[in-house]
Amino acid sequence: MSDIRLLTGGEAVAHAMRQVDPDVVPVYPITPQTPIIQTFAKLVADGQASTEIVNVESEHSAMSAAIGAALAGGRTMTATSSQGLALMAEVVYIAASMRAPIVMALGNRALSGPINIHCDHSDSMLIRDSGVVQLFAENAQEAYDLMVMAPRIAEDPRVLLPVLVCLDGFTITHSAEPVSLLPDDDVTRFVGPYSVPNAVLDTTSPTTQGPFAMPDYYFELRRQQAAALETALDVLEEVALDFERLSGRRNGAFESYRLEDATRALVALGSTTGTIKDVVDELRDEHETAGLLKLVSFRPFPTAAVAAALDECARVAVLDRADSPGGTPPLHAELAAALYGSDVELTGHVYGLGGRDLHPSDVRAVFTGTPTPYLGLRGERCLA
Amino acid sequence: MAELSTWETLPVAGAVRPGGAPRTLTSGWRTGEKPAVDLSLCVNCLLCWLYCPDSAVELSAETFTGFDLDYCKGCGICADVCPVAAITMVPE
Repeated sequence: MSDIRLLTGGEAVAHAMRQVDPDVVPVYPITPQTPIIQTFAKLVADGQASTEIVNVESEHSAMSAAIGAALAGGRTMTATSSQGLALMAEVVYIAASMRAPIVMALGNRALSGPINIHCDHSDSMLIRDSGVVQLFAENAQEAYDLMVMAPRIAEDPRVLLPVLVCLDGFTITHSAEPVSLLPDDDVTRFVGPYSVPNAVLDTTSPTTQGPFAMPDYYFELRRQQAAALETALDVLEEVALDFERLSGRRNGAFESYRLEDATRALVALGSTTGTIKDVVDELRDEHETAGLLKLVSFRPFPTAAVAAALDECARVAVLDRADSPGGTPPLHAELAAALYGSDVELTGHVYGLGGRDLHPSDVRAVFTGTPTPYLGLRGERCLA
Repeated sequence: MAELSTWETLPVAGAVRPGGAPRTLTSGWRTGEKPAVDLSLCVNCLLCWLYCPDSAVELSAETFTGFDLDYCKGCGICADVCPVAAITMVPE
């Protein structure tokens, strides 16, 4: 029997954490992540999880404590958003380089400034090259699912990297929808016991971790880390298959939505893909061959598979919810690299910064009109 | 020098086991001066031993005997704290 509850994305993530029951959660509150830790802290206080919550004084400390806990041999989770991630960023790089399998929920929120609390993906993109896995949820159900899958990916001996489960601030973190929870025992069995190769509290086999690496070894250690992130793509698909057996839901590196015979396709991350699916359905009803490639895994980026999935499209439009001033926005750049040398006509569009709504009519215009580089920005020419 | 590992043969994240690091002599970091002692003046107070940041003051039991110049970095703290001016810094 599935247990379907009306939960916000934040609450759904907290329930995944309750079921995974990590040993340690060092965390600092920040909007729009706060409902995650608030709900989880209540569940712990009510005795429904046995986690040690460490109330740290900043996000920099949260990730520092998380590294210590994860490498000491404890399953570790945390959560943050926006400025919290910015403050944490220095330590996120260190977590990846020390190969600490920390799972973190990221309630995506625009970076300051101007200060803003609403969703865009600029916080994720700030740590694009930190070496962590970044998986984007479309809705509360996926946020829950990915949070259950994340420890398996992070802790796989071939990976051993932090995994971020990214859920759009407010649109997912604060919106309630029906979420199907797995039985607690199924999650316990699915994630299994925690282990890392060199637990520092194993006094029978002590190690020095995070050593100084001079020009003779730094390059090799960075390459080793990059290889682990590349391998995470295979591990993600293995874990997705196992999770599908358990839940009936498949959350791989990306979802092809009505893409098989599509001549025009959009590529996007996060909750906007739900809006795009509705527009694709409308256009299909009108006999337009529209489709969507919903990217889940931004890092590692499934370059070859994405290129194959879009190969037959005449036109592909990429929707970035983060800009790269003076350059090419991050998702657009990935697609341009993936489709290099193909005949696909590629355009890139920035939308939704700081929580600006993207309406179905905007999405429709991208499919059918002449889209501008910025969608929903005052002063831009009307698209249709 | 021993052959260096490739990224594929390095331990995960470069973890180091006991004895796994080379015994690197650090006297090459010394910049110009090293300590010298006039043992006829030394009162064996061991302040130099206590203050040396590199544990490069050598003892025999509890008696000062000299300096381990493989690890001395030439900071001059020993000469500074010596109450009887038995230690002086001299050019290499």
